[in-house]
Amino acid sequence: MKRSHNILLIVAVIVLAVCPLFLVQKPAPDANGERAEIFAGADDKARHMVSEIDPNYKPWFEPLIEPASAEIASLLFALQAAIGAGVIGYYLGSAVTRDKMQRAQNAGKNSGKA
Amino acid sequence: MHIMEGFLPVQHAIGWGVASAPFVAYGIFAIKKRIAANPEQRMLLGVAAAFSFVLSALKLPSVTGSCSHATGTGLGALLFGPVAMAPIGLVVLLFQALLLAHGGLTTLGANIFSMAIVGPFAAAAIYRLARGAGASFAVGVFLAASLADLLTYVTTSVQLAMAFPDPVGGFMASFLKFAGIFAITQIPLAISEGLLTVLIFNALRRFNAEDLQKMKLINQAEALEATA
Repeated sequence: MKRSHNILLIVAVIVLAVCPLFLVQKPAPDANGERAEIFAGADDKARHMVSEIDPNYKPWFEPLIEPASAEIASLLFALQAAIGAGVIGYYLGSAVTRDKMQRAQNAGKNSGKA
Repeated sequence: MHIMEGFLPVQHAIGWGVASAPFVAYGIFAIKKRIAANPEQRMLLGVAAAFSFVLSALKLPSVTGSCSHATGTGLGALLFGPVAMAPIGLVVLLFQALLLAHGGLTTLGANIFSMAIVGPFAAAAIYRLARGAGASFAVGVFLAASLADLLTYVTTSVQLAMAFPDPVGGFMASFLKFAGIFAITQIPLAISEGLLTVLIFNALRRFNAEDLQKMKLINQAEALEATA
């Protein structure tokens, strides 16, 4: 029951992430035969919106370091996710083992009493 | 929800920094106190920080045709109290601002305020309300995490609308424009965040039922049921 519950949760998350890929239509190509980009970052869209609302606004500070390319940026994002996933994995691994050992110990005690 | 480097006027950048600083400072104090009293909870603190690390790194596609990411702050807010998430959010956002040019140092205060203050406080309040209204543990967690995620993005929209009011429609018109970008995109992602937070809480409930009971997230009957 509990396990199926968890699997359902994971499936729902995957469906939510995959559906937009099929639901969103690619925009028609413009005069040059180029298509507008889809699935760009919302943060980037907000930046364009700022320029639209206030065309005179000039950002007054530049990032100190910019990732050298999109590949390097995705490397760093992957690194961030990997660090997090590693810690969670460590927790789950040690929790499962501790739980098993506790259960085994309790079972041993009970059989000793009987 | 990351406002890009340099994209808040100086007064706003300073204002949000000043608003966020006391939360970060008190958060560090609160975490230290909690860990001193309950050293065994150090592992859970790590899980809460790691969860935010993972979720804020994964940019997911949304039905609006743009990508955004979850925040992962609901988990830590429920475990350690909302103020504990302020310093954790600072670490996540600083990593992204310094190494990824995602967000920025000048917008750090504003981004901490939306992701690591408004979100976590909303999560804690919503969880209490939901449980008070008789919702189950899972439903309470789901509502808290997903609405906290959504409110984070609403906050970002408010921050940008305050800095860049529409020349014709003023704050409201501008807010609707930014909310159209952030909040609508976020709805399916907020649902995902809610589901993932329930998933990790299912594990915590099974393996750390005593801790959750101590944190008053579940009652004794629920703790016994979880470990049975």
